[in-house]
Amino acid sequence: MRLNGSQILSRCLQEEGVEVIFGLPGGTIMPLYDEMHKHPFRHVLVRHEQAAAHMADGYSRVKRDVGVCMGTSGPGATNLVTGILNAHMDSAPLVAITVNVLSSMIGADAFQEADISGITIPITKQNYFVRSTKDLARTIKEAFFIARNGRPGPVHIDIPKDILTLEAEFSYPTKVELPGFQPNLEGSMVQIRKAARLIEQAKRPVILAGQGVLISRGMDELRALAEKANIPVITTLLGISGFPQSHPLSAGWPGMHGFVYSSYAIDQSDLLIGIGNRFDDRCCGRFSGFAPHAKIVHIDVDPAEIGKNVHTDVPIVGDVKRVLSKLVPEIRECESHDTWLQQIDNWKQQFPPKSYPDDTPELFTPQVIQKLYQLTKGEALIVADVGQHQMFAAQHYRFDEPDMWQTSGGLGTMGFSLPAAMGAQLARPDKQVWAIAGDGCFQMNLQELAVCITENIPVKIAIINNGYLGMVRQWQELFWNRNYQHVDLSGPPDFVKLGQAYGIPAWRASMPDEVEPAIRAAMAYPGAAIIEFRVSREENVFPMVPQGASLADVIPDVPYVPVVVPQPIPVVAVASAPAAPVPAHAQGGASR
Amino acid sequence: MKHTLVAAMDESPAVLNRVVSLFRQRGFAIDSLTIGKTHEPGVMRLTIVVDGSKTAVEQVVKQLYKVIEVRKVSDLTDDKTVERELAMIKVTSKTAQLRSEIMQVVDIYRARVVDVAMGSLTVEVTGPTDKIDSIVSLLKPYGIKEMVRTGTVAMARGVMAGQEKGREALATRDGGRLREVS
Repeated sequence: MRLNGSQILSRCLQEEGVEVIFGLPGGTIMPLYDEMHKHPFRHVLVRHEQAAAHMADGYSRVKRDVGVCMGTSGPGATNLVTGILNAHMDSAPLVAITVNVLSSMIGADAFQEADISGITIPITKQNYFVRSTKDLARTIKEAFFIARNGRPGPVHIDIPKDILTLEAEFSYPTKVELPGFQPNLEGSMVQIRKAARLIEQAKRPVILAGQGVLISRGMDELRALAEKANIPVITTLLGISGFPQSHPLSAGWPGMHGFVYSSYAIDQSDLLIGIGNRFDDRCCGRFSGFAPHAKIVHIDVDPAEIGKNVHTDVPIVGDVKRVLSKLVPEIRECESHDTWLQQIDNWKQQFPPKSYPDDTPELFTPQVIQKLYQLTKGEALIVADVGQHQMFAAQHYRFDEPDMWQTSGGLGTMGFSLPAAMGAQLARPDKQVWAIAGDGCFQMNLQELAVCITENIPVKIAIINNGYLGMVRQWQELFWNRNYQHVDLSGPPDFVKLGQAYGIPAWRASMPDEVEPAIRAAMAYPGAAIIEFRVSREENVFPMVPQGASLADVIPDVPYVPVVVPQPIPVVAVASAPAAPVPAHAQGGASR
Repeated sequence: MKHTLVAAMDESPAVLNRVVSLFRQRGFAIDSLTIGKTHEPGVMRLTIVVDGSKTAVEQVVKQLYKVIEVRKVSDLTDDKTVERELAMIKVTSKTAQLRSEIMQVVDIYRARVVDVAMGSLTVEVTGPTDKIDSIVSLLKPYGIKEMVRTGTVAMARGVMAGQEKGREALATRDGGRLREVS
């Protein structure tokens, strides 16, 4: 059957089971848009290509399948770059498609030409520049295969415009031939037995479970391992929802703003079993001081992760689910870990998450997150942005169901939460999805509010507004002598009016007792809704492991002490849209 | 220390870019890099000599494996290998006396004269890097007008009598199988 390139591409996407495509057309990609609407895809028209990549990313992480985004040549393609790298850092399977200028114009600095396949080499798992229509079907097949298998990741395909209009014989390949891509999934039995022996002998073991548990769908196997050997389970930031936090063996998450008891448990452990994680610096602190007394077992599908940052005693290269299902039956009698679990629990009681009374004179972010947890019964899908609010959300919301916690981990991309939450909502229409964003983050992709309306995507948006780039301000306070430089975001916009401009209802809560009515109203509204929470301006996130310190040096939080003299919020008045009045007693002050 | 890495990889316009990019990102200075066809159609062989710590090189080898087109990578540094480089050196030789002196050096190094012109001789020499370095330093006083070196190519030695087994660093026989896709 002879088809043109656009028809071939559309047929291939259909063969791969693609249901949703996020994109924005332009000059070169028009042949594809002329064809795509004849196929049963839902195309989500974004307002900026970066959001298309984040939406596909959020969609893929919850759907646990490939997300597809596309853009036109030049700026359309380069706008995808941040989103592609974000997916790359967090192992999200993505296929990004861009259409370049005509083959005959490539390299001639044509209008809207970018060497985008040159740009995406270091930020993708694989990328392609398609030079002939007959290569198109094989390329798409390979792209989806590579994105899905082994350690997932983004694949970028760049196609010159004429390749889409020329014809070729079409039959969708059933096989891929990739001799250089043979992921080892099974794990070596020799190594698995070595790990089992270490587990049997360990007195103070911990599991550090990463997102690989969720990616490989190994949640039950992880639980089986933990319960059989009675080992506490610490997760990484991205792995939080891989193990139920209400489980008695759940032991929090460690790292720069993780729980003290989790960091202490790692520091004092004599065996650390890393499962589908990558020993990231934010999670581990200073590598040379990481788990100094522990032997380390590391299970990961990506051999390059093993031994990259920390020394590994027993490396196991393989798929988490398959390796764990072989490991669990190998384990016989274990040492009793009761004293060890008791010790961890003592630390947990000694360093509880910060709590506030209900009648504080200003609003604090943990109060918001705790109330949100309570009112959503812990069943919402939470997508956090990057910064203080992200850490508060991870500390104070509790997750028992897989995939219900998503955030930008490796790249730390401000602006991720709104588009990613929209993508996640399309993957899980049955769930209430909450985007939690700081005022700085929210303003980096707020143009997508329009798409919430046009595509009827009912995400709830919690803007945690402290009028600062909060995390940067915290670092300036702690490490740069309070020299606050270019972190003050107070003033415009009025987020309630902004929501109204897009046709999205918005509420504002500035005091603890205003939180519940606002959340209830937003939850009751059938469509997208915004709540602006005006929180204490200079609240800091603790615990904290300063950069370059080891987990043992974690600085715990201090109990809340009521502030006597509140500091006024500098309000920058806008002539046509004055900032909303804030009650004098609600104005911010230092929390520590 | 210097490491000699060899890699077998699919022929594609982007693969060299990917490979070199990995060394660039990690700040390796590349001493030499050669790439050429092999006996297997569609498979290229790369030899790269870099300076770096053992752990840094180990990590870059793992990263090289992540390049989809790369089938096999070997670090030959600690192995028994044959390493060769070819150089062509155009030397000034204005008089018969000088020409004859140069020819003597060429003989000693088992090099060859591949071109003779009015004022110059072009010498072709093959061997390990230190041999090339050595002849270059001997020819330098005569005046080198132009010189080109290919960079090192390397191969592990074959099986010797009494050895358990040899090592074909980049055998790719098992690499070409098809994979079923569900």
